[in-house]
Amino acid sequence: MSVLPAAFADLEEFADWALPSEGDRYAKRLASTMDELQHFYDVAFPRLTESTDYLKSVPLEGISDEDRNLLWLFSSLVTVSFPVEVWRQPRVPESGAASVDVVVEPVP
Amino acid sequence: MAKFAKPADGSWTEHFGLDTAPVSYADSIDPAHYEVEREAIFKKTWLNVGRMEQLPRTGAYFTRELDVAGTSVVVVRDSAGTPRAFHNVCRHRGNKLVWQDYPREETSGVCRQFTCKYHGWRYDLEGALTFVQQQKEFFDLDMSEFGLVPVRCEVWAGFVFVNLDDDAQPLVDYMGQMGADIADYPFEKFTQVHKYRAEVGSNWKLFIDAFMEFYHAPVLHAKQAVDEESRKLQEVGFEALWYDVDGDHGMVSSWGGMAPPKDENMVKPIERVLRSGLFGVWDAPDIGIEELPPGLNPAGHKAWGIDSFLFFPNFMILVWKPNWYLTYHYWPTGEGSHIFEGTLYFVPPTNAYERLQQELAVVTFKEYALQDGNTLEATQSMITSGAVDTFPLCDQEVMLRHLHTVARRYVDDHVKATAPESPVSISAAS
Repeated sequence: MSVLPAAFADLEEFADWALPSEGDRYAKRLASTMDELQHFYDVAFPRLTESTDYLKSVPLEGISDEDRNLLWLFSSLVTVSFPVEVWRQPRVPESGAASVDVVVEPVP
Repeated sequence: MAKFAKPADGSWTEHFGLDTAPVSYADSIDPAHYEVEREAIFKKTWLNVGRMEQLPRTGAYFTRELDVAGTSVVVVRDSAGTPRAFHNVCRHRGNKLVWQDYPREETSGVCRQFTCKYHGWRYDLEGALTFVQQQKEFFDLDMSEFGLVPVRCEVWAGFVFVNLDDDAQPLVDYMGQMGADIADYPFEKFTQVHKYRAEVGSNWKLFIDAFMEFYHAPVLHAKQAVDEESRKLQEVGFEALWYDVDGDHGMVSSWGGMAPPKDENMVKPIERVLRSGLFGVWDAPDIGIEELPPGLNPAGHKAWGIDSFLFFPNFMILVWKPNWYLTYHYWPTGEGSHIFEGTLYFVPPTNAYERLQQELAVVTFKEYALQDGNTLEATQSMITSGAVDTFPLCDQEVMLRHLHTVARRYVDDHVKATAPESPVSISAAS
C-alpha cells in the first residue's frame, strides 16, 4: 500500500521515515547505520531539490494524508542531512550522552 | 585589530564598571551557595513561566513546576480574561490541586473550575473556594478564608511572569528600559512553536554563560560550517556589535550574515535547497512592522543578525534578523544541574516547503544545543575539582562577568540581611 503521493512512488521504500515527531525522526537516525542514512540521502535529496515548487503548492491547511507523509519523510531527510553532510556519524560529535528532547511541536 | 567599535573607555567590561580580574566560579559549585540563591534570587525575582498564547481563553490553564523556588504554580485565565497564578495546593489537606497521571509533570488544559482529586473541594477561576464535600462535618469552616493562595502574576509583551515575593516591584519596572525598548516587537505573531527540554549537568549560570558569548562559536561549532568558511571564522574570531547593561539585565548584539549567505557555497547542500539554517529562514516573513523597536540592533549596523537579551535571572530572548525569535530558560535543580528549555517561535508556515524551511532551523538549533550542553558537563566536572579556582574572562565575555556579579550581589545582600549575628559561611563564593 502506498503512503506517498503517486509522483513520489520511488520514495516508498523509505516510507518508514514518514514520522510525525522530530523525536522519533532523530531516534531513527541514531538507530541507523551510516550506509542506511547515506542511501536514504542519496535517493531522497535530489527529489527534494527538484520538488520545491511542488512543496510550495501544498497548503498545510487541509493537507492530504499522502502529502503529510511526504512532509514527514522530507523532515527526516533534514535530520539525516547532518550525519551525511557534516558529521560522518549518526550522532552529533562531542554530544556524548546529552539529549535535547522535543516537548512541544506543531502538527504539521 | 578591532573590527567593530568599542566604547571610548577602551573596553566593554570597564565601560559597565566591572572589574577585569580573573573570576571565581565558586558560585557554581557550592551547595550552600546554591541554597542561598534559591532564597535570594528565585523566590524574589520575576520568573517567566509562559506566554499569553498558552492561555487563549477564559479557563485555559497551565502548571509550572518551580523546584528551584520549592513550589508548583497553576496559571489560569480568569473570568475577566486576566491571567492569575496560585500555589498549586488544595487548602484542605495539601494535595497538589492540578496534575494528570504523574504529580511531578506539568500539564495544561481548559476548565470551568478546579476540583481537587482527593476530596472534591472546588475553586473558581479567581481562586475562591466554592464547594466543600460534606461541609457540615467541618467545624465553623468559613469558606471565604480558604481560597487558593495567590502568587503575583503579571504580563510583559505577552510573556507571563510570576513572582513569589509579594513585595516585589511591578514587572514592567523590573524589565526596565531594556525591556521597554523591545516590548513593541510583535511577539504575538509568532504562534508556530517548537519547544525543547534538556537535563544538563551544570550549574544554571554556566549555560547562560555559553549563550551570552559567541567567542566559542567559531571553535566549538567549527564543523557546522563548510571547511573553508570554518577556517575563516576561526581566523577572524568573534567580536560583538554591541553590549548593553540595564540594572540586572544584559544583552549582546551580534552580526549574522548567513541568512541568506553572501555566497551560497558557504553553506551546506540542505541549506541551499531549503534556504534556511541556524540563522533562520532566509526569506523573512512579513511581521507587519515598518522598523525595529529601538532596543533591537542598537549599533544600527547593516551586518546585524541577532540580539540576545538576558532578563535576570534565567530568561533569555533571542531576536533574529529574518523575523523569528527564540527563548531560553534555565531552571536549576541543584548546584551542578538544571533543566534547560529552548523554545523557537515562527510565523505559521502556509505550505509544506515553508514548514520544511522552519524544520531545518529547528533541527540546526538542536544540533548546536547538543554540543553546547555536553561541553558544559565537562566544564562543571572540572571546576568542581577545585584544581583551578579563578578564570580570566575576556572582553567578549563581559555578559558572563555581569551575570555572576549580579547573582553574587543578590546572595551577599541576602546573607547580610538575614543573618547579621552569625553569617552563613559562604566565604568561598563571595
